[in-house]
Amino acid sequence: MRLELEKRSEHSKAMAILSPLLAIALTVIFGAFLFASLGINPLKGLYAYFIEPLTAGWSLEELAVKATPLVLIGCGLSVCYLSNNWNIGAEGQFTMGAVFGCVFPIVFYEWESPLTLPAMLIFGILGGMAWAAIPAFLKTRFGTNEILTSLMLVYVAQLFLDWLVRGPWRDPDGFNFPESRLFSDATILPNLAEGRMHWGTIFAIVVVLVMAVMLAKSLKGFEIRVLGQAPRAGRFAGFSQKRMVWFAFLLSGGLAGLAGISEVSGTVGQLTPVISPGYGFTAIIVAFLGRLNPIGVLLAGLLLALSYLGGEAAQVQLGTSDKTTRVFQGMLLFFVLACDTLILYRIRFRRASAPAAGGRSA
Amino acid sequence: MSGGGELLLEARDIVKQFGEVKANDHVNFQINKGEIHALLGENGAGKSTLVKILYGALAPNAGQILWQGKPVTINNPGKARDLGIGMVFQHFSLFDALNVVENIALALSAKEDLGALAEKVRIVSAEYGLPLDPYAIVADLSVGERQRIEIVRCLLQEPTLLIMDEPTSVLTPQEADQLFETLKRLTQEGCAILYISHRLEEVKNLCHNATILRHGKVVGSCDPQLETPATLARMMVGAEIDIVKSSDNQANVGQTRLALNDLSLSQDGPFSVALKNVNLDVQAGELVAIAGIAGNGQSELFDALSGERRAAKQSAIVVDQQEFGQKGISERRKAGVAFVPEERLGHGAVPGMLLSENVILTRHADDADIVSGGMVRTGHAEQMEKDIKTRFDVRMSHDNPEARALSGGNLQKFVVGRELLRNPGVLIVNQPTWGVDAGAAAVIRQALIDLARSGSAVLVLSQDLDEIFEIADRIAVISRGQLSEAEPAVDMTREKIGLLMGGLGEKPEADSHAA
Repeated sequence: MRLELEKRSEHSKAMAILSPLLAIALTVIFGAFLFASLGINPLKGLYAYFIEPLTAGWSLEELAVKATPLVLIGCGLSVCYLSNNWNIGAEGQFTMGAVFGCVFPIVFYEWESPLTLPAMLIFGILGGMAWAAIPAFLKTRFGTNEILTSLMLVYVAQLFLDWLVRGPWRDPDGFNFPESRLFSDATILPNLAEGRMHWGTIFAIVVVLVMAVMLAKSLKGFEIRVLGQAPRAGRFAGFSQKRMVWFAFLLSGGLAGLAGISEVSGTVGQLTPVISPGYGFTAIIVAFLGRLNPIGVLLAGLLLALSYLGGEAAQVQLGTSDKTTRVFQGMLLFFVLACDTLILYRIRFRRASAPAAGGRSA
Repeated sequence: MSGGGELLLEARDIVKQFGEVKANDHVNFQINKGEIHALLGENGAGKSTLVKILYGALAPNAGQILWQGKPVTINNPGKARDLGIGMVFQHFSLFDALNVVENIALALSAKEDLGALAEKVRIVSAEYGLPLDPYAIVADLSVGERQRIEIVRCLLQEPTLLIMDEPTSVLTPQEADQLFETLKRLTQEGCAILYISHRLEEVKNLCHNATILRHGKVVGSCDPQLETPATLARMMVGAEIDIVKSSDNQANVGQTRLALNDLSLSQDGPFSVALKNVNLDVQAGELVAIAGIAGNGQSELFDALSGERRAAKQSAIVVDQQEFGQKGISERRKAGVAFVPEERLGHGAVPGMLLSENVILTRHADDADIVSGGMVRTGHAEQMEKDIKTRFDVRMSHDNPEARALSGGNLQKFVVGRELLRNPGVLIVNQPTWGVDAGAAAVIRQALIDLARSGSAVLVLSQDLDEIFEIADRIAVISRGQLSEAEPAVDMTREKIGLLMGGLGEKPEADSHAA
């Protein structure tokens, strides 16, 4: 018996939808094995992880809080990956967006007006863009590999934030804790309900809708897909590869920056050395699990947000390590990429000894 | 004539099914030692499927293969090579990032020293008139040169059966003649050659036997030397092929619509060709063809004409009295120029996109019905896809498939049809019928002539001299980036073109010998 991959003549539409579902199913199955090997009843573990967080109103709001940055970043990354630009550094762009936006509540904390919050958001977007512009410049000017440059800049951004909150931006009344001063009311994104859900969620939904229309209906969306799939044909169509690199990086950087400032201003309320549980990296999984499609990204963002909540719940109830979340997310990305192979290939079972070219008659 | 006549390979009742299509439907086929056997048929007739089965690249659903009388199972190309079967594919299986000798080494079963192999490649390629630089990177080579690699790769293995899928489509007449000599010599050594070609003249002159396929079935066999190209064509398509109506209208030629004035372009890679002071006028109502061997600057000239690479001077390219030398491809399309590049997949069309989306690819800038306010109107693009399909008889298994699902000939009809549908004032086509069957080629050529007669200027770059003589009003020859004076087709002969291809028309460099 031999397994073979056979190329399909066209993309399979059914598999494009089935692939993420298959990946989720495989993740749950292997998750059960994971719990069993940790000595936890798999059903109890899976219930605590994936069902229980959905049973209370406050935790549904918490789900939205966690999904917001994932969806914002995931939408931008989808454009990057569709256009064949491999921005892996959204975590850094998220961080720099937060840092830039926080110039107002931390440095110019006395300026409190209705314009303060919009200015923060705009600076957040610009900060993310500026950080993403570095790999874009290096790629268009020197042909540098953007996977490496964007990834390495994540650590630069994180260390820069760390230095800020321990040094110049440390709260003078903060008993030497590595934290910035608390934001004033004028610089905090308003909540939408009783829980912690804030305006960032609205931004995410608007971005999903705008991006969905752009990718499906506009010439820009067409350009993104053409340049991603066949650069030579893109040039023949009159599209510029270099401009697309800039567009994809600035868009995804801007959205990551918006996610960063929204998170800090809406959820945290001050700058701390660590402002993200790896949203920028998890958003890569969100983008792929969501088929690089904004609506899909919305659903995938909710699922991955659930994995954060479930991970926290499992820590409390089952005593598992916080690394369990990472393992679940890693398995999910692994399986979705593996299952995506089936979109353009089908699996064939073939008996190795079968007379492939010989006949049954002799 | 043919060699021993001893049976070398026999295929019995081969069936290969792709979904609902039977690509091979109980095909029976025999080839003897020392014979050149033609396999004829339109695109999609099942020729490539059959040879891929013989070469072990595809497994048949049923049927049997006998090699020298013994049943064999050829379940991979390595097995085929061990038996002594070599194959030159129509679509090359080369790694772009590797050089010539590395590509060849990959196909050899035994490990060999690269330096020694490079020397062998140099010798064998020179011997067979297929000169190759063993250390050239494949990505920098033209289609013609890539095919040479494939041929040399097979010859190195000293095969007893050589399968050739349209080997001459990118060679000059002289090179083709040289190849035929090679093939004849190989047959004298007892090697059999299975020869797929759309060039019926060539089949008639070269081959001892022919098997004709249509819709996956063997519909006949014959001795091509007793047939005429017309009778062979009729057997292939099962109907008369329209003879392309040639030119007789030099009188109707109007004002200049496309002018190239000292167009020069520097090299952009170690193996690309620089264009040197190219001058050419194409008038309304005429079709000018540029002949030349692959890799003499055709793709560079096409890129300069299309605006994918910009010229140094704005005045180098003039369309209808407007200068376009440094403008982009969209500007040129808006001025009524249309382009058909050589590579269909990946350049002229995006493989993974629907045909209707591939309509948008070249029409978004100049057709307000397709894109308005930055938004794409897919309904209109789908309608245009249907129009192209009916007008140019593009055959597909279901409506509006991805471009990669079409056969080469059908995709070419689509890509040409897409540009013709806009009634361009100037049309520039690179290799209009490369790898296209006789029926489709006739449709495309007739459409090009009709467009010229309707008052457009048509410029065709082609390596196929039969085609050029069939359609061109004037002919120029490109050689190492220089273009000869375009002369009326009636004054041109194959010999003269062959000499110009060999560099006779090149202007001497400032320092070198006088003309």
